Amino acid sequence: MTPLAGERITVRGLVQGVGFRPFVFRIAAACGVRGSVRNTGAGVEIDAFGTGPELALFRRRLSDGPPPLARIDRIEAAPLDARAPDGFRIEPSGGGALHAAATPDAALCDACRAELLDPDDRRHGYAFLNCTHCGPRFSILRALPYDRANTTMAAFAMCAACRAEYDDVADRRFHAQPTACPDCGPALWAERPGDPRRLDGDPVALAARVLLDGGVVALRGLGGFHLACDATDAVAVAALRRRKRRPAKPFALIVRDLSMARRIARVSDAEAAALAAPAAPIVLLDRRPGCALPEGLAPGLNRLGVMLPYSPLHALLLRAADRPLVMTSGNPGGDPQVTGNAAARARLADLADLFVMHDRDIANRVDDSLVQVAGGAVRPLRRARGLAPRPLPLPEGFGPDHPQAIAFGGDLKNAFAVAKAGTAVLSQHVGDLASLATETDLGRTLALFEALYDLGPALIVADAHPGYRSRALAGEAARARRLPLVEVAHHHAHAAACMAEHGVPIDAPPVLALVQDGIGMGPDGALWGCELLRCDYRHAERVAHLRPAPLPGGDLAAREPWRNLLARLGQAGGPETWPPRLRRLLAGHPVEVLRAATARGINAPECTSAGRLFDAVSAAAGICAARQDYEGEAAMRLQAAAEGWLAGQAAAPYRIALSAGAPRPDQIDPAPLWPQIAADLDAGRTAAEIAARFHAGWARVWADAAARAAATTGCRTVFLTGGVFQNRLLAAMLAEYLQAAGLTVHQHAEVPANDGGLALGQIAIALARHRTQRTGG
Amino acid sequence: LAHGAGGRAMRDLIDGIFLAAFGNAGIAALEDQARLPLADFGGGGLAFTTDSFVIDPVFFPGGDIGRLAVCGTVNDLVVGGARPVALSCSVILEEGLPLADLRRIAASMAAAAAEAGCRIVTGDTKVVPRGAADRIFVNTAGIGSIPQGRELAATRIRPGDALIVNSTLGLHGAAVMAARGDLGLATALESDCRPLGALVEALLDAAPGTHAIRDATRGGVATVLNEFADAAGVCCRIDEDRLPLTEAVRGLSEILGLDPLYLANEGLFVAAVPEPEAEAALAVLRPLPGGAAACRIGTVTGAPAGRVVMTSFFGGERLVDMLEGDQLPRIC
Ligand SMILES: [Fe+3]
Ligand SMILES: [Mg+2]
Ligand SMILES: [Zn+2]
Ligand SMILES: [Zn+2]
Repeated sequence: MTPLAGERITVRGLVQGVGFRPFVFRIAAACGVRGSVRNTGAGVEIDAFGTGPELALFRRRLSDGPPPLARIDRIEAAPLDARAPDGFRIEPSGGGALHAAATPDAALCDACRAELLDPDDRRHGYAFLNCTHCGPRFSILRALPYDRANTTMAAFAMCAACRAEYDDVADRRFHAQPTACPDCGPALWAERPGDPRRLDGDPVALAARVLLDGGVVALRGLGGFHLACDATDAVAVAALRRRKRRPAKPFALIVRDLSMARRIARVSDAEAAALAAPAAPIVLLDRRPGCALPEGLAPGLNRLGVMLPYSPLHALLLRAADRPLVMTSGNPGGDPQVTGNAAARARLADLADLFVMHDRDIANRVDDSLVQVAGGAVRPLRRARGLAPRPLPLPEGFGPDHPQAIAFGGDLKNAFAVAKAGTAVLSQHVGDLASLATETDLGRTLALFEALYDLGPALIVADAHPGYRSRALAGEAARARRLPLVEVAHHHAHAAACMAEHGVPIDAPPVLALVQDGIGMGPDGALWGCELLRCDYRHAERVAHLRPAPLPGGDLAAREPWRNLLARLGQAGGPETWPPRLRRLLAGHPVEVLRAATARGINAPECTSAGRLFDAVSAAAGICAARQDYEGEAAMRLQAAAEGWLAGQAAAPYRIALSAGAPRPDQIDPAPLWPQIAADLDAGRTAAEIAARFHAGWARVWADAAARAAATTGCRTVFLTGGVFQNRLLAAMLAEYLQAAGLTVHQHAEVPANDGGLALGQIAIALARHRTQRTGG
Repeated sequence: LAHGAGGRAMRDLIDGIFLAAFGNAGIAALEDQARLPLADFGGGGLAFTTDSFVIDPVFFPGGDIGRLAVCGTVNDLVVGGARPVALSCSVILEEGLPLADLRRIAASMAAAAAEAGCRIVTGDTKVVPRGAADRIFVNTAGIGSIPQGRELAATRIRPGDALIVNSTLGLHGAAVMAARGDLGLATALESDCRPLGALVEALLDAAPGTHAIRDATRGGVATVLNEFADAAGVCCRIDEDRLPLTEAVRGLSEILGLDPLYLANEGLFVAAVPEPEAEAALAVLRPLPGGAAACRIGTVTGAPAGRVVMTSFFGGERLVDMLEGDQLPRIC
C-alpha cells in the first residue's frame, strides 16, 4: 500500500456562500482523497490525504472547475503531518466573525429556471426558489457567517422537504441558506395603493394585466422596489415619467430573454455574456435602428439599458407580459429606492396602480448594477447588485499587515470602502448623500460592514472637499474613534483607484493618469476637473491641465449647460467679440447679470472641469443648452450625436490649443473651438458632425499632451479615469491615439470611472502614505 | 475727513455730527461714560450685546451701515426677549470719507434707534489712514431689560414646536449682493433691515410659551435652524414649498445659483413656538410692519438629532447643512 501524503490547502477568494465546500467534497470523492473541509477567516481550508497523483489531480480539479459563483484568488498548499481520517467530511461553520467575503446576489440559474417553469415541479411558479448557485445573498444578509439565521430568511422555518435537500451533500440545495418552497417560504401578493388588503388571484397575472393596460406596477424585487410599465407603450412611458417627475433620464428595461434583447438592440457576444452573467446587470446596448420602442425611454440617446430577469419573480412577470418592460427604481424625488412594504405604501401610492409585494425583508438596499462593454471589457458604471460587495485584492506591497481603514468616498455617487489584510471591499452604490435617506443608508451599511469584516479601523479617509457631506461624516467618525482623518485630493483618488484596480504595486514608479471629471477639490485648494497627473500612490503632480473657467452660479453650472458656454466665451471678451451665432444662442439668458457677477467673484469659482466643457460644447451645438434633467445629460447626448455621425463617416478633428508650460504644467485651451463650431453652424453642418469633430479634437489634443508628458517624464503607461471616461467614444479614441504613440493604456473594469470608484483610490493613497510615515521612506 | 484730527477737530466732528444726531440727556453730558437710571431696566434681567459692522456697499437699497448697526444690535437684544434701552456707537473712519456720508449714516442710526425705542448714549470715534479701513466700520453695543419671567433659549426647544418666520427669506443678502455686483438688475431688491422689537413683543404676548427666537442674519435661516437643532438636540424639519420668498429674491437666486436659506436677513427671525400657540402667533404678526409674510416653515421633531432636514418639492428629504465658509460647487 502506497503511503498517504497530507496537505493543508488554503483557498482564498470568493469561496463562502457559493457552494464551495460541497464542491470540494464531490471532487475529493471523485479523486479518492480523504480529509475534511471548513470555512475559516481566510477562506476555505482543506485537509487532504492521498497518494501523490491523487493529490495532484485533486488540486488541479480544485482550480479548474470551481462553482459558478466562486472566484479563487489564491491556492496555497503546505505539508500536513497528521493521520488520514476515513472518508471526507464537511465541517460545519463555526460562529464568530469571519473576514471572508460576503457574496453578491446572483441571478436565477438555469436549473432553477427549469424548475420554475416545470408544471410537475414542487416549486413550479414559485417566485422565491433558489439554490446554491443562485438567489439572494448580500441583499438579505444581516451578519456573518452566512447562515440562514443571519439573513432575513430566518423568519421562515424550512419544511421537511426543503430541509432534506439542504442537508444532502449531493443536492443542488445543500446548505443553500435562502432555500424555500411554496410550503415554507415567503409569499407573494398584490394589493391596490391605499388598500393593504391582499387581492385574490395570481399576483403575477394581476400585475401583467395592469402593465398591458398601460398602468404602473410597483414591484418589490431583490434589492428594493421598482416601478414597471409596458416599454412598448409610449403613453404608459410618458405617464410614468410624469408621475416620477423625471422628464428625460433614461429608463432601464427588462426583457424576457436574449432573443427579445436582440429584437430591440444590437448585442455583441461580450454583451450577451454580460447580460447572462450571474451578476445580471443592466447593460447599455446600442438601440437597433428602426426599433419600434418609444423614443421617450431614453430621449436623445442611442442606447438602451437592458437587463434579463434575474429573480424568479421577474422571470414569471416577463413570461406573463411577454414584452420589454420599463424597470426603474421605485423612489420619489432624489431619494434612494424604497425597500420596505410600509415605506412603499406610504411613498409610492401616487406613482403606482398596483403593488406586488412579498414578505422576505430586504436587509440591504441594492440597486441594479449598470455596465457597458467598451474596448473589449465590461466596464461598471454603477456597481451594486451582483457585483458588490465582491472583495478587491490590494496590489503587491499593500498587505497583509497594513492598518485597517475606512474611506468615505465622494458625495454624489457615494460608495465607501474598507480595507483589511490586503483586501479592500467597496460597498454597493449608496447614492447621493444630499438625501437624508441615503446618508442613513451609508451609516447603516457601514455598521454592517464593520461587523461583517470585524473591523478595527486605524485610519479614516475622506475627500479633501470641505463642503462634502461624506467628509463631514468621516470627520465625525474620526472624532468619535479618536482616529486621524486622512484627506485625499479628489483626482488623485480617481487615479489611484484605476492604478489599484490594475495591480500597480505600492512602490511602483510614477505613472501618468488622465483624469477627466466634473468638479473635485485639488491639492492646492482650487477646483480641478481635467488633469494629466504624474503620480504614484503618495504624490500627484499636474503635468497638463485644462485652462480653468468660471462656474457661473456654482453648482447651477452643472445643471444648466449654457452657463459654461457663457463662461468660456466670456474668457475671450464681451458679447460683441463672440461669434454672432453663439451670441444669439445665449440671447434668452441673463448674460449681462452673470457676466457682472462673474467679474465681481459672486458665486463663480474657477474650475478646470472637463464635464463642464462638454456641457459648453453640447450647448454650442444646440444639443442640450437650457437645463439638464439628469447629471451628464448634455455630455451623453453629445456623445450619442457623435457616435451617430461616426457610424457613417469620419470627422475632421477640431483644433484645440496645447501650450507648453515652462517646465510644466502644460495647458489645454479650448478657446479655438467656438469660432470653429460657429463656422460649422453657419455652414449648415449638423450638431452630430460638430459633436464628432469635438470628440476627435479633444482626444487628439489630450493624446498629444500625454505623448509629450511621456517623453519628458519617461512614464509609458497612462490610466484613464474620472466620470468623463464613462464616455466610451472618447475612451476608445484616446486609447487608439495613445497606443499609436507607443503608450500602454489602462481603463476601469472593476470599479466605476466615476465617483463610485473613488473610495478604492482613497484607501490606497491613505495606506501608502501611512506606510511612508511609518518607515520614514 | 482728515486723519489725526485730534482735540478741537475731533470735538467738532463729534458735536457736529453725532451729538446732533443722537442728542439726549445721557450723551449730551459728554462724560466718559453714559449713566443710566436703574429704573430704566424695570427690575428684570439685563441683556447686553455687541456687534461690529463692515459692509460693502455702505449705502444699499433699504438701508446703510448705520441702520444696519443699530438694527443688528437691537435685534440681538430683542430676540432674547429684551427691550432695548441704550446703545453705544463706536466708529472707525477712513481718512477721506465724505462728511456728508457720515452725516447721513449718523442720521440713519438715530432714526433706527428711535424706531427701536432706545437711545444711543455713548460712543467713540477714530480716524485711520487711507487703506487702514474701508470707509467706515461701526461697532454698536446694546443693553436691554428683560421682563420678569421671559426665558427664551435655544436649549428649550422641544419636539412638536412650530418653526415660524416673520418675513420672506434673503432680502438683505440679495439686495446687498445685487448692489455690490452692480448687476444691473431691473428688479427692486431692498434690504429688510428693521428693528424687530414690536414683532417680538407681539409674538410673546400672543404666544407666551415661545421657546426660542433668533434673528437669521449672516448664514441665513439655515444657520439658525442648525443652531437650534444643535443646542436642543432635536431635528428641525422644514418644507421647501413653505419657504416664503419674494419673486425678486427667487429670481436672483436662480440666476446666481444661491440658496435663499443661506442668504443674510436683517429683519427676519425664526421662532420655535409650541404647537398650540402657533396660529395665534402668526395672527398677531401678520398685521404688523415686517410681519405680513409671517408663516410656519416647519416643525421640530426628535430625530435625527442635531440635524436640519428639508422636505423637497418632490417629497425627498435632504439635509440642510451648516456652511463651512463659502459654498463651493460639489457636483462631480
Ligand atoms: Fe469625480
Ligand atoms: Mg450679532
Ligand atoms: Zn439556482
Ligand atoms: Zn419548503
